[in-house]
Amino acid sequence: MTGVVLNEDLSRTSLIFIYAAMAIYTFAFITFVWHLSRLSSEKKKVRKSADVLEKAGLWMLAIAAATHGTGVVMRGIAASRVPWANMYEFSISGSFIIVAIFLGALVVRDIRVIATFVSGFALLVLGAATTLFYVQVKTLMPALQSYWLVIHVTVAVLATSFFFIAAALSIAYLLAQAKWVNNGKGEITKLIRRVLSVFPKPKKMERLSYRFNVIGMILWTFTLIAGAIWAQKAWHRFWGWDTKEVWTFIIWTIYAGYAHARATRGWDGARAAWLSVVGFVAVMFNFTIVNLFFKGLHVYSGLK
Amino acid sequence: MATRQRSNELTRDAQQAPEMPAAPSSPNSPSIGLLGWFRWTWRQLTSMRTALLLLLLLAAAAIPGSVYPQRSADPNGVTQFFQNQPVLAPWLDKAQLFDVYSSTWFSAIYILLFISLIGCVVPRTFVHAKALLAKPVPTPANLTRMPAHKETVLSDKKSAKLDTGKTDLLHRGFERLKRQGYRVERQGDSISAERGFLRETGNLVFHIALIGVLVAVGVGGGYSFSGQRVLVIGDTFVNNLASYDSFSPGPFFNQDELTPFRMTLTDFQSDFDIHNQTNLNTPLDFRAYVTSQIGATGAPKKSVIRVNYPLEMPNASVYLTGNGYAPILTFKDASGKVSFSGPVIYLPQDDKYTSLGVVKLPDAKPKQFGVLSFFYPAAGKLPSGALTSVSPLAVNPMVTMSVYEGNLGLDSGAPQNVFTLNVHMLTQVAGGKAKTKGVELKLGQTATLPDGLGTVSFDRFSRFASLDISYNPAQGWVLFFALLALAGLITSLLVPRRRVWIRRTATGFEVAALARGDDPLLEKVVEDLSAFLGSKKSAKAEAKAAKPAKAKPDVKKKDKK
Repeated sequence: MTGVVLNEDLSRTSLIFIYAAMAIYTFAFITFVWHLSRLSSEKKKVRKSADVLEKAGLWMLAIAAATHGTGVVMRGIAASRVPWANMYEFSISGSFIIVAIFLGALVVRDIRVIATFVSGFALLVLGAATTLFYVQVKTLMPALQSYWLVIHVTVAVLATSFFFIAAALSIAYLLAQAKWVNNGKGEITKLIRRVLSVFPKPKKMERLSYRFNVIGMILWTFTLIAGAIWAQKAWHRFWGWDTKEVWTFIIWTIYAGYAHARATRGWDGARAAWLSVVGFVAVMFNFTIVNLFFKGLHVYSGLK
Repeated sequence: MATRQRSNELTRDAQQAPEMPAAPSSPNSPSIGLLGWFRWTWRQLTSMRTALLLLLLLAAAAIPGSVYPQRSADPNGVTQFFQNQPVLAPWLDKAQLFDVYSSTWFSAIYILLFISLIGCVVPRTFVHAKALLAKPVPTPANLTRMPAHKETVLSDKKSAKLDTGKTDLLHRGFERLKRQGYRVERQGDSISAERGFLRETGNLVFHIALIGVLVAVGVGGGYSFSGQRVLVIGDTFVNNLASYDSFSPGPFFNQDELTPFRMTLTDFQSDFDIHNQTNLNTPLDFRAYVTSQIGATGAPKKSVIRVNYPLEMPNASVYLTGNGYAPILTFKDASGKVSFSGPVIYLPQDDKYTSLGVVKLPDAKPKQFGVLSFFYPAAGKLPSGALTSVSPLAVNPMVTMSVYEGNLGLDSGAPQNVFTLNVHMLTQVAGGKAKTKGVELKLGQTATLPDGLGTVSFDRFSRFASLDISYNPAQGWVLFFALLALAGLITSLLVPRRRVWIRRTATGFEVAALARGDDPLLEKVVEDLSAFLGSKKSAKAEAKAAKPAKAKPDVKKKDKK
């Protein structure tokens, strides 16, 4: 590790790309919201013309992702290592992967329903990353100098992305099957119904959500095992109930509960969907609150 | 984590319902007896709903362990908590909130969960074993009720074409499903096929592997040990209990587990960033150079221990967990007799290695005294005038000392922490509010101590490495079962289990499919199979396959097109 040259200029350029991506995400988000507002219109003509907006939004999302990805790669080159060694880097890399997986999944499955959610989430994460978590480019502390950093963290990011998309679909499902939405006579419930009528049926969204969660669960199990192998090398034990380990375990258990709930009468459907949302909230809690405020060995936010 | 089959749950619930015991408070209800209660409890415990609730309970029960410091992971945090919250802490302690993961309530949840798991997995294993040997089910009378169904109506002419001699439609369906790995049976005018037994196998393997993980963790924890030792360059560690500074064995640990080996710290080096402005003084690498020897006669071997790269010895791994400076100090009494000489371990207090060291001189003449000392590898002054270290590199080493007289308490024989000096019972004679200023020594300097205590000199400085030597004999098993669980999980979640039926009807044929669990391809399977059975090409291809000699020219014709 001696003689690492950190490229501060490139790191600044990377930040400019991240800001640019944020701007484009903002446009994409506004376009998607506009799209939804059109869909909620009572006039059929207005609703039919909404498709153009959705297409435009998806294109913007793709451009934003490309800009975002460039920024992430630049940050990695500037640090001459993987760009996920602190919270800022993990945020920009993780949100990029989420958008990339969403765009990739669109090719195979119709999950446009969560486009607004995805663009909004990416914007939110990048906002937090640049304002709250930003740190200058640094070298890796010795404890992080391991190929497990690549394996363990990449898989954790991927798992998070799948959990996110699943949770977003679960929310869409919960909304679509909620009694107050389906039976409500108010203007707002009618409006939500009109928007949802364009998207897949609730049952379909629930199944899609499950499939994303399944991939997420497999990846999460893998990242847990990989983390334990790494912990054995770095901290001389494979499991020590460090705060981060505790939360990784809690999240795993919640999703285990979700998988069982889905196969239990009375728990499938809405309750399982709530568990999918709770699981993702725990993932986010693990990443933000646990990283910043809980004492533990995973202190790599880089913030003081 | 994996889904237990819904159908199991349904049957289990159905069996349960009539046997629900009457409320014990109701005197009129007939007694179901002890055995009945036991049976009822067992059914409840092994039901999936209970497993689900226990899982959620386990997740919730794990939370306090991340909120309150745990004795296992952060003993100092617990001590601090007791100091900061003297009223609350004992109550939390009574609730075992500082030992959450070994607490009775946490253990109760996971033990119940595993009993429930065993109770669920064992009968399922038998059911599955039977299913593996069983023939496909009889084709249901009404295929339209299946979640995926397609009826193909054919003209009589076409229908006849699809049924030519040996290679009739059902035969082709049979062969195709067989090729695709289905277990197939022809039942008169229909075909019943089933695939994906691996899904349930994987599910069972996953759950059984989890039991394996739990057992391996338990057994490994029992026989494991972890010890710490600080070595200054030149020091040798011999692997026996007496050589450890601290040692925490598992309950079944036996001293014979320690394989004899010795290890000398020959050098220690650290790299800090001195080039990149944003990254100045960040540690880049720590290297402990050791020479080790197994047994009395083994050949000496040189190795480097780094963070993340432990040294593997027989039945022990040696980890680098800390490092710092070890100034070499010499204390002489007024007559010039040496009362202490050697390296002193100074524990780093910040990332610039401002370090704290303690020297206790119980045998000094005329009276015993102790020294509380700071070491600055690169001494500099803060605006307030206080000393600080400005770099982790030893560019301007300096030692400062406060001297305390009085009873050090070492004569009583009670064990003491060598890194702390309890100054409450002592009188400060140099530094702080004492008349004499604290001692400040640069490399090679000597100072006279007040009150006739003699002199102290800062001769040289060395480095020390904190090593952790630990071993868990079952860690390989834990990994094995964890990976087995992962493999089982992947199989149980991704392999589709489905039944497929084909029925020849008077007007054509029907294809239907039923999945157990999630199956994204169910409808496509029915579509594809229907298309295959209804196409003339497939009939021809089948005929060709039956007569390979004729097949060749046909292929050539196709190529020309």
